[in-house]
Amino acid sequence: MDAVVIRSLDPLIGELRSRGYTVVGPVSRDEVIRMSEIDAESDLPAGLTDEQAPGRYRLGPAGDGMFFGFAASPDSAKRFTQPPSRTLFRMHGETVEEPEEPAPKVALLGIRACDLAALAVQDRVFLGGRHPDPGYRRRRENLFLVAVNCAVPGGTCFCVSMGTGPRATSGYDLALTELAGPHRFVAEAGGERGAEILRLLPHDPATEADLHAAREVSRCAAEHMGRSVDTDGIKERVASAPESPQWQEVASRCLTCANCTMVCPTCFCTTVEDFTDLGDGTAGRTERWDSCFTLGFTEVGGAPVRGSGAARYRQWLTHKFSTWFDQFGTSGCIGCGRCITWCPVGIDVTEELAKLR
Amino acid sequence: MTAQAVPGTASQAVPGTVPGTVPETVPETVPPPWPQTRPGPAPEPAPRARPMTPAPYRVRSRRPDRADTVTLSLEPVRGRCAPALPGQFTMLYAAGVGEVPMSVSGRTRHGGYVHTVRAVGAVSEALCAKRPGEIIGVRGPFGTAWDLAAAEGLDVVVAAGGLGIAPLRPLVRELLRRRSGYGRISVIMGTRTPATLVYARELAHWREYGLDVQVTVDHPDPADAGWTGPVGLVTRLIDRVVFQPRSTFAYVCGPEPMMRATAAELTRRGVAPERVELSIERNMKCGIGWCGHCQLGPLMLCLDGPVVNYGRVAHLLAVREL
Repeated sequence: MDAVVIRSLDPLIGELRSRGYTVVGPVSRDEVIRMSEIDAESDLPAGLTDEQAPGRYRLGPAGDGMFFGFAASPDSAKRFTQPPSRTLFRMHGETVEEPEEPAPKVALLGIRACDLAALAVQDRVFLGGRHPDPGYRRRRENLFLVAVNCAVPGGTCFCVSMGTGPRATSGYDLALTELAGPHRFVAEAGGERGAEILRLLPHDPATEADLHAAREVSRCAAEHMGRSVDTDGIKERVASAPESPQWQEVASRCLTCANCTMVCPTCFCTTVEDFTDLGDGTAGRTERWDSCFTLGFTEVGGAPVRGSGAARYRQWLTHKFSTWFDQFGTSGCIGCGRCITWCPVGIDVTEELAKLR
Repeated sequence: MTAQAVPGTASQAVPGTVPGTVPETVPETVPPPWPQTRPGPAPEPAPRARPMTPAPYRVRSRRPDRADTVTLSLEPVRGRCAPALPGQFTMLYAAGVGEVPMSVSGRTRHGGYVHTVRAVGAVSEALCAKRPGEIIGVRGPFGTAWDLAAAEGLDVVVAAGGLGIAPLRPLVRELLRRRSGYGRISVIMGTRTPATLVYARELAHWREYGLDVQVTVDHPDPADAGWTGPVGLVTRLIDRVVFQPRSTFAYVCGPEPMMRATAAELTRRGVAPERVELSIERNMKCGIGWCGHCQLGPLMLCLDGPVVNYGRVAHLLAVREL
């Protein structure tokens, strides 16, 4: 199906809701953009934009009526594909029960190209190996993805360097490019699931001028990346630097707080917690997000392997930019810049990579 | 302590057998070779569960090996357990306490798993405390196995540090089962004190089968005046066993410093690094590549280990805090 122009998102939101999807989109809350359930396009943060820099995030007026005039928020699709916490099983004596895996039908409205790339990375982790995660698969299949092409990259964005954006090229059901004067969206279907819905919405055929304007949005965004990374030979460059003094230097600033891993859309590490019902003695396990920045993350015989912050930062950065290729055949970084923005001391991974040269 | 290494002696042969071969009639006291081939129909598949859900196993027997170590035989409550290759591990779950990776040390006559567990933390303490009839959750087996084919036709050195013998036990049994396919087989083992030696009876049986089994202790227990064997690191035993370095394959498991030292010493004598395998331990929350805890550089030790080739990991082991 060819690209079309739609004037309002409400018919799309209504159609998705009528198909049983909870529509989740960006909303302004607590002075940040969060991904939350929306009922109508009026819930979207119209006219807001963000200012992002190392250790800094500010939401403010943009002076326009655009719905998607901001970059990556601390939330990503990870929250929906890999919930922060899930109960794995309960066991009582020899009886084992598996609670229903949460796999709600969710339509993510406004997912960006970098986060689509992050989903593809996560797919390789949880579906591409010898032990696919059936829960992840169901949650993933129940996601309907409405991408929005970035118009205003953040100051910490570097998707162009990582080859993941700013334009969504695959992995979506629908992709929108928001245009002004008049306010409208060029909409493209990424497959039959999207096309089926798009046909039902009030739309006009996209003119050559509309398509040109949409391409200009992406071209312009690509020229305004806040950061860049030289990815040439990056896997080998990082792998060959385990003894670099740079790790000690960054560790003198790093708080090992794990913020970077919590906001990262590809960080997948988890731990488990055990509980026992005091009433009947039923035991159970919960899986929750974990971080390689925690002291006891990797242990031998109960003693931490990476006792120093330097070793933990090295583990994280090396995994993202080098050993991820060994394990999953891709980069673990998709260039969203969240780890830079949400680092409380403003450590900039692109700077650290440059210093490793 | 009924069995101790006699320093410098060659292995003893069982009367009526040719040294270096497995006797046709296995003495009553010797467990059958591992793994057991089971007659009868193919095992029924265990009930399908999610990868993170353990299957309930019942403790069939519990044998204290020493103060803090027990050997448990576990059998599935339902269905049969999957075959395990020598070197692989399972995830053992003590309800309400936690789950830990544990090397498979053997199979029971009834198709279960044998695990030797040392109480070093909350979970292993809870596992050690399990009595016959009680339930333990099991997932797996997971991970890589010792490469038995790569050692065919070569001399074999099996080196264990402490409880590192646990994942090596099924390997040695398999080597014995295929005895004629290998050259000289030596087992060298280091343990803290004579009292901390595990599998003492088994070591004696291996000697009876013609293996050169040598044991050293870090500290001879002053209370045990009977220790006449070597004192010192396991690397010192390398001098006491006979092998042709250029046609030798070595299997090593123990604390990481012991493995590094042993592998370095073997390669210094001419054993190719690619002919040394190690079994590396890390904590794991999943065993299946989901949790990320067991990474060693590019390796996820649950999938790429625990058995790894020294030639491929020597540079990783040389990096501190990796």
